Amino acid sequence: MAGINKDRESDIVSVGAEIRDLAQSMLREVERGEYGKAVALVNDLNQVRDRTLYQEIGHLTRALHESIKNLNVDTVGAASEIDSTTDKLEYVLEMTDKSANRTMDLADAGMPLASDIHDRALHLSSQWQRFLNKELKPDEFRALSKDINLFLADSAEQSETLKGQLSDIVLAQDFQDLTGQVIHKVAALVRDVEGRLVQLVAMAGKVDSLTGITHAYPEVEPEKPDDGANIAAEGPQIDKSSNDVVASQDDVDDLLSSLGF
Amino acid sequence: MKILVVDDFSTMRRIVKNLLRDLGFTNTQEADDGLTALPMLQNGDFDFLVTDWNMPGMTGLDLLKKVRADDRLKTLPVLMVTAEAKRDQIVAAAQAGVNGYVVKPFTAAVLKEKIDKIFERVEG
Repeated sequence: MAGINKDRESDIVSVGAEIRDLAQSMLREVERGEYGKAVALVNDLNQVRDRTLYQEIGHLTRALHESIKNLNVDTVGAASEIDSTTDKLEYVLEMTDKSANRTMDLADAGMPLASDIHDRALHLSSQWQRFLNKELKPDEFRALSKDINLFLADSAEQSETLKGQLSDIVLAQDFQDLTGQVIHKVAALVRDVEGRLVQLVAMAGKVDSLTGITHAYPEVEPEKPDDGANIAAEGPQIDKSSNDVVASQDDVDDLLSSLGF
Repeated sequence: MKILVVDDFSTMRRIVKNLLRDLGFTNTQEADDGLTALPMLQNGDFDFLVTDWNMPGMTGLDLLKKVRADDRLKTLPVLMVTAEAKRDQIVAAAQAGVNGYVVKPFTAAVLKEKIDKIFERVEG
């Protein structure tokens, strides 16, 4: 691309010199009164213009071809890079969904175990206090010592299970690494495509300026002020520092209370 | 207390349902957007609606407007739990008659506080 641009710049310089030379000799002929020769020179000027135009179209075609090849969209549809990028994003969605559900399954399975240990420990603790205060009857004490025995065995087992569940929850976060890599790749592709599109626009602009083509651009309608009736969902705001975005739940609460909530 | 939880992501519905369960609300049902939620609300005796905003089909804001325009549903308490965090959007939700607004990501404590506040006001 850079090579093409350089070639084109030297072409433009030499075309400029040629036009200047022709114009100067035309002026000389006119001053000398040789109008026939001057008109012939106008013809030569026309030829330079045509030649430049053909050359530019050639350059443009080549550059366009190059750009499209680089965009990797020449095989739009199956197996193109854009298509595989879409697949990659689907994969991210799938991975995060799986991980969220796995984490919640594990937490759901662990919570009753923790509750059970908690409830029984509270109960035993109050019974133990009664024992220390010498308020227990002998058969109550026998029941208590049996409960304590059972509780110690159960809590050893349940805490082991909980430990395993917590470590599985940690493992379920491995998606972050995998999806992170995919998202980095997708972001790089988007940046690359954007850069190439900008080059393409710049190229077309150069041809326009050299050949004197002007475009009738449709007038851009000024944005209508938002009346709140057609307010749309936008998804999460990435830039929380912007003035029209709330930074936290506290900001939401402040805003709502200012509205009389 | 019968509660309808509306969100297009099943994981978020599950999180909200779990938090509600921890708060003692066990009678919950789910819908994945406004279009499925509205007939459920019209045909079921729900006491409370928790909805996301950004959903395909019918958004949470449109669902809220439909609820407020329905004679039998217009007093239903609605809590919006959403990632939409622009001031204009929050104002629009308030104007449409939302009872509470929680921005994602949120904590269990925030959800509990907003729900308590809504019922305090409804009952008081």
